[in-house]
Amino acid sequence: MSATAQQEAAPGGLWSRISLGQKQVIWAWGFLAAPLLFYVIIRFWPTFQAFYLSVTDWTLTKPASFVGFENYQRLFNDPLFWQVFRNTFMYLILGTPISLLISFVVAYYLDRVRFMHSFIRALYFLPFLTTAAAMAWVWRWFYQPVPIGVINDVLASFGIPQQPFLRSTSQALPAVLAPAVWAGLGFQVIIFLAGLRAIPVTYYEAARIDGLSEGAILRRITLPLLKPTLVFLVVFSSIGFLRIFDQVYNINTNDPGGPLNSTKPLVLMIYQTAFSSYEMGYAAAQTVVLFMILLVISLVQLRLMRDR
Amino acid sequence: MRFRQLLASVALGVATLATTGAKAVEIEYWQYVFDTRVKAMNQLIAKFQEANPDIKVKQTTFPYADYQTKVAAAILAGQGPDVVQLYYGWLDNFIGGKMIRPLRAEAFPAADIERDFFPIVSAMKRGNDYYGLPTAVRSLALFYNKKAFKDAGLDPNNPPKTLDELVAAAEKTTKRDGGGNIVSAGITLDMGGQDQHWWREVLVRQFGGAPYTDGDSKVAYNDEAGLKALTFYTDLQKKQKVGQVGFMDEGQAAFRAGLAAMTIDGTFRLGSFNSIKAFEWGVTELPANAQGVRSTFASYFANAITTKAEGEKLAAAEKFLAYVSSPEAMKIWLEVVGELPARRASALTPENVANPIYGPFLKGLEYAHTTPFKDELAQRQIAIDMVNRVLINGEDPKTSLAKAAEAEQAILDRAKR
Repeated sequence: MSATAQQEAAPGGLWSRISLGQKQVIWAWGFLAAPLLFYVIIRFWPTFQAFYLSVTDWTLTKPASFVGFENYQRLFNDPLFWQVFRNTFMYLILGTPISLLISFVVAYYLDRVRFMHSFIRALYFLPFLTTAAAMAWVWRWFYQPVPIGVINDVLASFGIPQQPFLRSTSQALPAVLAPAVWAGLGFQVIIFLAGLRAIPVTYYEAARIDGLSEGAILRRITLPLLKPTLVFLVVFSSIGFLRIFDQVYNINTNDPGGPLNSTKPLVLMIYQTAFSSYEMGYAAAQTVVLFMILLVISLVQLRLMRDR
Repeated sequence: MRFRQLLASVALGVATLATTGAKAVEIEYWQYVFDTRVKAMNQLIAKFQEANPDIKVKQTTFPYADYQTKVAAAILAGQGPDVVQLYYGWLDNFIGGKMIRPLRAEAFPAADIERDFFPIVSAMKRGNDYYGLPTAVRSLALFYNKKAFKDAGLDPNNPPKTLDELVAAAEKTTKRDGGGNIVSAGITLDMGGQDQHWWREVLVRQFGGAPYTDGDSKVAYNDEAGLKALTFYTDLQKKQKVGQVGFMDEGQAAFRAGLAAMTIDGTFRLGSFNSIKAFEWGVTELPANAQGVRSTFASYFANAITTKAEGEKLAAAEKFLAYVSSPEAMKIWLEVVGELPARRASALTPENVANPIYGPFLKGLEYAHTTPFKDELAQRQIAIDMVNRVLINGEDPKTSLAKAAEAEQAILDRAKR
C-alpha cells in the first residue's frame, strides 16, 4: 500500500525503484544500526584503542608516545607476570572442573527430589545473588586465626593445629577459590536442571524397560544429551574464572592478591598497573594478552566439544 | 565547530549574566569524601564567602578510590577544579601532567612559608617554587590500652619510651591460649597499615641508616641498619611472639576490640578510636632507640591551584587557598577533623602541647620525616612482601631486604623517566 503511494508521490525516485523485499532489508538494518553502532562505539572501539595503547607509554598524566613492543618485552621479562599467569590458570584448572562436578551432582539428585524442590533450589541459588564483595568479607573473617576465625576455632576445639589459610602462600589460592565456586554454584545448578529436564522421559523409560543400570543410563543417555549444556557451562565458567577479580580483591584488601602475589590473577594485575600505578600503556599490553588467552581458550573449548 | 560556537555563546551568556548579576566568580574545589573533612570544608567555605561576597566556592567530592583518576581525567579535559586537594606523594605526577601550577611568589612568599609552616611542607617544593600548602598534617604515635597495661601490672601512665621498653611491655601484655596461639597481642604487626612507615622512616633511622639518599633517588636501606631494623620488626613475631601479622585481620581492628595492647597509628585514627567505650587508651611518642634518637612519619594532603584557573578565577583561587591555609582555618580543621595544624604557631600553642592526645603527635612534627613516594601503593606492597617473605616463607631477612631494595629502586628509576 505505502509502496504504491510512494511511487505516485515520487515517480522515478530511488526508493520507488527497489523491491519490497529490499525495502524490508533496509528497514531491518536501519533498526539494527542503533544497537550495532552502540556496540561498536562502547565495545569495539575501546578494544582497538587498547591495542594501540599497548604500544605506547601513556601514563594518564603524560602524553602517549610510541614505544613499539617495549611493554610486551617488559611483561614477558617480569617474574610477577608469570606468577600471575600461573595463578590465573590455577583458578581455571581447579575452579571449572570442581564447580561443574559439584553442581552436576547437586542438579542430578535435586532433579529427583520432589519434597521442597523449589525451596532447596532457591537456597542453592541464593549465593549467586549475593554481592561478591560482601561474601568475600564474610569468608575473610571465617579464615581468621583464633579467637575470631570460625574455621580455626572449630579446628582448635578438636585439637587440630591452626591453619594459616589466607596467610599462607600455598593455602591462600584454594581459600579464595572456595567462595567463588560456592557463589557460582546456584547458577550452574539451574542450568544443569534445565538441561536435565529437556531430556525426553521416554528415553529413560525405554532404557529401564531394557534393563539398563542407573550408571549406564547416566553414561549412555544423560551425559551425551547434556552436552550442549555442558559446553555452555564450561565456556562460561572458564571465562568467569579467568576473569576472577572481586573475590580476590575483597578477601584481602590490605594486600590484594597476596600474600606474596600467591592469589593475584591477571585481571587484578591489570587493575593495579592501570589504576594505582597509572601505567596505562603497560596495563593495555596486559589486557591484550588476557584477550588473546580468552580467545584461544574459548576457541579450543568450542572445537573440542563441538558435535561431530 | 558549531558545538564550539554554541559553547562560546553559552559561556558568553553566563559571563554577562554573572557580571550584570551578583558579579560573583565561581571557583570549584575538589576533595575526596571523608565525612568530617567535607563538613570542615563546608564551614570554611561559608566563612570565606562571608568575607568575600564576590566569590562563590563549589565543593565537589569523590570516593578516595577513584579520586586521583577522576582529577587527572577532568583537568586534562579542561574541566574540573580550580583548587584541588592532593596527597603530597602525588605531587610529581600532578606537575608532570601539567595539572597544577606553582604558587606565585608574590602571593605566597617562600620565606614566609618556611618560617611559618612545619619543615615537612618542603615536600611541596620543587626548585624554588611551592606547588601547594596543607591545612593540616598527620603524624604517627603509639596508642596503648591503659586497661591492658594495668592488668599486666604495668603503670598505665608510664608508657614505653624506648624500643627495649616497648618490647618488654609487649611481652608482658601478650596473652596466649593453651596451644600457644595469641589471643591478645602485645603489639599489632600490620605492614599494610602504618608499620611500613614505622619501619622505613623510624626504625631504619634508629638503627643508624637512612631509607633514601642522593636527593631521594637511591634506595639506601639495603645495609646493616636496614637489616637490623627488619630483624627487629620480624622478631616481634618470630622470637618474642608478641604480635602476629593478620591477627584480627587488621592492626587497628585488634586494638579497637581491646585485643592488642599497643598499636602504631596516626592522627586520622583518633576519630575512630574516640568511640571506644570498653577501655581507656593513651597516646605517646614513638619510642626512641637506646641513644635517644626519635623519628616519626608525617604526611598531609595539600591544596593546590590547577592550570585550569585563569584570570579572575586564578585571583579568587589564590584568595581561597590563602584562607584555607590560614591560622583560622587550621583551628576549625583541628576542631572538626582532629588533624594537626600545619603552621607552627597554630599547632604549638601551650594548650595543644599539653593536650594528652594531640601533644605526642605535635612533638613528633619537629623531627618527622616524609617519604618521597613515587608510587605509594607499589612501594607499600614492597614493604609488605619483604616482611611476608621472612614470616611466611622463612626467608633470610638479608635476602628479603635485598630483593625489596632492588624492586623499590626499579620504581624510583622508572619514575625519573
